[in-house]
Amino acid sequence: MAVKTQKKAGAIDMTAMCDVSFLLLTFFILTATAKQPEPLAVDTPSSTVQTKLPETGLATLTVGKGKVFFGLVDRDIRVRTLELMGQEYGVSFTEEEKTRFSLIDGFGVPIGSLKQIIAMSGSDRNKEGLQPGIPMDSIDKKKDELSRWIFNARSASAELKNTDLKFAIKGDAQLEYPAIKRVMDVLQDQDVNSFNLVTGLRGEDF
Amino acid sequence: MAELNTDDGGGKKGGKKVRSKKSNAKVDLTAMVDLAFLLITFFMLTTSLSKPQSMDLGLPDKQKENEPQDDIEVADNRTMTILLGENNKIKWYMGQFGAPLEGPSDSSYGKAGIRQEILSKVKSVPEATGDPKKGLIVIIKMDKKTNYKNMVDILDEMAIAKVPTYALVDITPDEKALLSK
Repeated sequence: MAVKTQKKAGAIDMTAMCDVSFLLLTFFILTATAKQPEPLAVDTPSSTVQTKLPETGLATLTVGKGKVFFGLVDRDIRVRTLELMGQEYGVSFTEEEKTRFSLIDGFGVPIGSLKQIIAMSGSDRNKEGLQPGIPMDSIDKKKDELSRWIFNARSASAELKNTDLKFAIKGDAQLEYPAIKRVMDVLQDQDVNSFNLVTGLRGEDF
Repeated sequence: MAELNTDDGGGKKGGKKVRSKKSNAKVDLTAMVDLAFLLITFFMLTTSLSKPQSMDLGLPDKQKENEPQDDIEVADNRTMTILLGENNKIKWYMGQFGAPLEGPSDSSYGKAGIRQEILSKVKSVPEATGDPKKGLIVIIKMDKKTNYKNMVDILDEMAIAKVPTYALVDITPDEKALLSK
């Protein structure tokens, strides 16, 4: 007769494991940054280069569908840039508008309609086709708002952080070269010769 | 297993009250741990992947109109010019446009196309010049119809082949005519 040893169902104490996993979960949830909705969605091309974008002191120029959008990462620089732009174009912004503006990640409107955009709610603001892009004009310096935004953002960064603002260009893959070239020219006119191109990641086998 | 402590404190007075015997409430945490690890994995992956990659691009100072041009003389056998046109067209030649040392020939994007040519030139040019510091110089010229993806692709090829010097230069009318052929 074969003697069968009685087997118990292996009960493992999961309590500690559960504790640890939830601790980690909490950590990752808190450190994760929620993906912000973008006013101008672009499909970036991919590259094999793996340079990360700097996390602070960065201005992003989003180019796509013939429009250019401008965004700053740091909130204090956003406010200061708005003040400088307001002074230059004779538009005054209230404290509340400044606070609301400091929460906007990217925008693409002429300075005249900026107040309306600030007053809108986040979801209304990011509706596709609502914002016409920042005006560019290579002849009339006063109308070339993009270059003034860039200039004032750089002054604001120098004033507040004493650092050079870095620029990233986020272009749509199907964009034609002159559109990118125009933005690069605006930057180069201000002697910003080095910038990052935002790309996706891919392997070398393509 | 996790157990809820239902022990009633042991040696108290002999209970007059009749209590129903409670079994230890065991909660099976396995499913909960599974779920927690699934979520951890999700958050771990999304946090590291959501940061966009980028590519550095340095351009030379813009030539001011009233400043004298300072031309840098470069040996013909070191320069490779790559012309990019619409519909993913690539042409390349070595040396000067008027008297190319090689080419102009057609190519394509990707590892079977232009990459082989760039890689062979990256190797052969320092051998030809006899100085490892005098490597290949690639001049990238783009037509108006070239899309941005092609520009990033070709810059990517530069990074893959580790081309020491490359530049984005405006296209000349002659080269434009060559591309549209």
